[in-house]
Parts: sequence; structure tokens; C-alpha cells
Amino acid sequence: MPDLAVIAKGLRKKFGDFVAVDGIDFEIARGECFGFLGPNGAGKTTTMRMIYRASPVSGGELTVLGEDAASGKKDHAIKRVVGVVPQENNLDTELSVRENLEIICRFYDLNRAQSRKRADELLDFVNLGERANDKVDTLSGGMKRRVLVARGLCGDPQLLVLDEPTTGLDPQARHNLWDRLHALKRKSATLILTTHYMDEAEQLCDRLVIMDKGKIVAAGKPRELIAKEVTPHVVEVWHNEPLPESSKELFALAKRVEQLSDRAMLYVDNAEEAVAAAARLLPNHETRVRRATLEDVFLKITGRKLAE
Amino acid sequence: MLLPGNINLRLATAVWRRNFTVYRHTWLLNILPNFFEPVLFLLGMGVGLGFYVGRGMGGDYLAFIAPGLMASAAMNGASFEASWNMYIKMNFSRLYDAFLATPARMQDIAFGELMWATTRALIYGGGFLIVLIGFNVAGRPIITSWGVLIVVPVLALIGATFALMGQWYTTVINTIDLYSYYWTLFLTPMFLFSGIFFPVDDIPHGRLIAWFTPLFHGVELTRALCAGPLAWVHLGNLAYMLAVCALLMWRVPIRMSRKMVK
Ligand SMILES: Nc1ncnc2c1ncn2[C@@H]1O[C@H](COP(=O)(O)OP(=O)(O)O)[C@@H](O)[C@H]1O
Ligand SMILES: [Mg+2]
Repeated sequence: MPDLAVIAKGLRKKFGDFVAVDGIDFEIARGECFGFLGPNGAGKTTTMRMIYRASPVSGGELTVLGEDAASGKKDHAIKRVVGVVPQENNLDTELSVRENLEIICRFYDLNRAQSRKRADELLDFVNLGERANDKVDTLSGGMKRRVLVARGLCGDPQLLVLDEPTTGLDPQARHNLWDRLHALKRKSATLILTTHYMDEAEQLCDRLVIMDKGKIVAAGKPRELIAKEVTPHVVEVWHNEPLPESSKELFALAKRVEQLSDRAMLYVDNAEEAVAAAARLLPNHETRVRRATLEDVFLKITGRKLAE
Repeated sequence: MLLPGNINLRLATAVWRRNFTVYRHTWLLNILPNFFEPVLFLLGMGVGLGFYVGRGMGGDYLAFIAPGLMASAAMNGASFEASWNMYIKMNFSRLYDAFLATPARMQDIAFGELMWATTRALIYGGGFLIVLIGFNVAGRPIITSWGVLIVVPVLALIGATFALMGQWYTTVINTIDLYSYYWTLFLTPMFLFSGIFFPVDDIPHGRLIAWFTPLFHGVELTRALCAGPLAWVHLGNLAYMLAVCALLMWRVPIRMSRKMVK
């Protein structure tokens, strides 16, 4: 099936006795942006590293761009067409920004002049042409991440794997990077990205899976997942003191209620009905209505306790 | 192009090029000491010490030690590169992770590093050779055989041998402090007892012991090439170093993978 970029069946990864990825199945189509969400330690990075052939597969089947990735025999062919933006910045601090890209280009059949040209094109693409001669250490976090994206594109990959591309970036830098990823999507590149920003996944991903403790616990399109796992709307009732008895009647209207220390979150199908009921039953409390987000899905599935 | 061991030469060259690019930034600073050292050694030991020793051994002590010192310079150049520099790359800098995300595999990286460490050995040994030629030109002949024309590939072989031994040690140790043992228990004794400063036959079983040490073979070869005479036995020296290289070229990538690929 040539229109599938990645197929995993019962994919497993063990570190000694510890099972980091516990038999997961997924299929990623060519040209789609596919997300892996999950708390820290869920096994996202481990899955990425198996896809881009930095880590051996412990069990199950894995096919990347038509080649068998589980045996390790086709690593060279796979790595030729997969680009990587790793979770940890591993830019070469002894080289300038342009040299960082030029050197990596040389790993992909490009000669000196071609490497120079490709490096400059990619730096323009990530809006860093002016910093080409600077040492990497002089760049901000967001700029470094953009250099990493540019470096991942040196081999003109058919599939780009981005592991938490925007973690730790300020809002401007995140939006700047999203913009570049949208540009890549328009060129119909296949993107795989991990993130724990829900808005990012909703913005960028055509489909996604949520991982927890090495397993896939939910899968689908962002809007579908929200429709399936939670209601379309959430009504939040804020309070300083415990809510009065009358709130019971309001809660009865909700599919699910989650009580936090300072607010109750009501997952409802009909927001107007719930808001009207809240105004009647709890007139002195502040209520807010919002669209349900992937964050609600994520928290429902993986729970509110801290991972690790 | 694929070499034995499924090594892709183009990818290995890309690894070499990264190191070369870093070196080029500061090449002038880096290259000068390669000329100070031979001059200091040759003047201090060859001329100074030689004044006393030479009378005892009935020959030109400077010409006796110069080829061996050149071999040890190649040894040092390769060893520096394959020890601390490579340890930092393997354990701290994540540089190899970046290479492994390209089509390169561990054997390509190992071979690229070997090429670079050998290049460093040639820069060190070559600096020495240029100084020796300078002595010749200045009317103080040290090189007295046309064999010197093929001494450069021999310096490369010495460099490769020590690069591989250093790389192997680098994959075995778990703390950078253990290099002091590599130097004081391995490289320094070899420097002193491999026939650079006195013939190995001067100590009991000296030649037998020396046969087990790689530097001895390098010294025998460089001396025969610089001052003659060449004999069949030198093919044995050559074969010894080639055998060490072949064995370690097989083992080093395996050990590197075991340490780095999880
Ligand atoms: N090299 C390793 N050796 C042992 N355990 C590891 C290794 N790499 C990751 N793990 C463990 O595997 C689990 C999944 O890690 P990871 O894939 O990095 O999670 P995520 O990227 O989702 O945060 C974690 O519990 C982590 O500690
Ligand atoms: Mg991770």
C-alpha cells in the first residue's frame, strides 16, 4: 500500500525488563500530519526513535515508507528519506548556523556548491538567513529550534519526524514555528509530531493518537475525538466555597462533571440550557462557557495526576 | 562507494569533513605546535643528549632517534583525537545522534573518525618530516635513504593503528579519567621502550617484548625508510599493524553501537 507512510502492528520496545512501548498499532497516510500526544514518559520519543531508525525494534511490525523497519536491514534506505527534528537540541556548537546545515547536506549526496545552496534556501525558509554566519550558541531557543527544523529538511525528506518541536518556546516562537509547519503541510509533506500542547495538536494534526504508559489509549481526528470522548461544550462554574445543594440539579444536566478545587466543569451537549440553569440555580456564581478541547479529552483519558 | 564492513565512504567523508571544518577555524593556532615539538625534541635530545650518548654508541644520535620520534608524533596525533575528543563526542555532545539521523550508520561514523584521527597523525608526523628535511637542507643530514619517499603512507598506518586502539579504549571506559592510565601505562612506556632512544636489544628480551607493542613496528619502519637498510623483516612490521587495524576496524563499530544505540 504505497499511500501509507508508516504502518505499525503490535510495535514494542523494551529497555531491559521495562516495557516503554507496549504493542501499539497505527497507520499514517502520506501527506498527513499525524500527532502523538501523551504525558511525559508515555513512550512518544521511543516510538519516534524507532520510526527514524535510531533505536532497534523489540517486537511487532513496523513499515516506514514501504520498507521494513523492524529488522534494521533497510535502515540506510529509510534514513535517506526521513528527516528528524529531535526532542533534544543537538546542533553542533563548534560550527556556524550555515555550516551546521552544510555538513548535514553532505550526508545526502550533495556536493559543496549544492550543500551551500540548500543550506541558504532552508535558512530563508525558517527566516534565519541573516544569522547564517553566527555560532549556534548565540541564537535564542526558538531560533535554535528553527535551525533544527531546517536541518531536518536537508535531505529533502518524504517524511519529517518532529519530537516536541515547540516545547519550551515562548508564544511568538511557537506561532512562528507553526507557520513554518503549515507551510510544509501545504507542500504535502508527511509530518509526524509529538507534543503535549493540545492547541498545537488541534491546529496542526489531521489525525492523532494519545499514548499513556506505552499504550495507545485513543485515536482519531481531533474534532472526532472531542465528540467521542467529551461533549462539545464545557460550562465552568467558579466558586470560593463549596457549592450549595442546588448545584445537584444543575449537575444532573451534564454528561460528566469534574470537580476541581476552585471550579466545577460540566460537560454538556446543550450549552444554552446549562447556562440558563446555572443562572437560575446558582445566580451568584461566575459561569463560563467554552468549546471542549483536546485538553479535555487528554485529561479525561490520562487523568489529572502528574506523570512520573 | 562501499568498503569492507559495509562502510559507506561518502558518509564517512562527511564525518571527516565536519572535523576538518572545525579544525580549519583555528588551523594556524593548531598547526604551529606541530613544528615546535620536533624542533625542541631534536635539539634537546638529539643534539644535547647526543653529544654525550653519541660518543658511546659510535654514531649520529640525532639521526638515530629522529625517525622514531616522527613515528611517535604520528602516534600522539592520532591518540589525542581518538581519546578525549572522541569521548566527548560519544558521551556529552550528542553529535553522533545528529549523524545517525542522516543515512549514516555507526560503522560510517567510526570510519570517518578514523580518517580524521589519521589526518591528525599525518599533520603531526608530517610536521616532523618537514623539520627533518629542513635539517637535511641545512647541511645536517638525517634522512639518508630514498625510502623516505614512502614514509608518509607508513605514518598514516601508524596513525590509523593508534587511532583504532584509542577508539577501542574510548568505547570501553566509563569515565574520562581513565585516559591517564592509557597514557602512563600504555603510550608512555611504548614511547620509552620501543627502540626510539636506544636499540631494543640493549635490554634482556627487549626485542621479544617490543614485538608485542605496536609502536616498535612503526619505529622499525620509519627508521628503515629514513636511513635504510630495508629488509624482508619489515614486511612483518607492516603486517602486524595491518592485522591490528583489521581486527579493530571490525570491533570498534560493534562496541560503539553497543554503547550508543539503545
Ligand atoms: N535508553 C533508555 N533506557 C531505559 N529507559 C528508557 C530509555 N529511554 C526511555 N526510557 C524510558 O521509557 C519511557 C518512555 O520514554 P519516552 O519515550 O522518552 O517518553 P515520552 O517521549 O513520551 O516522554 C520512560 O519511562 C523512560 O524513562
Ligand atoms: Mg519525549
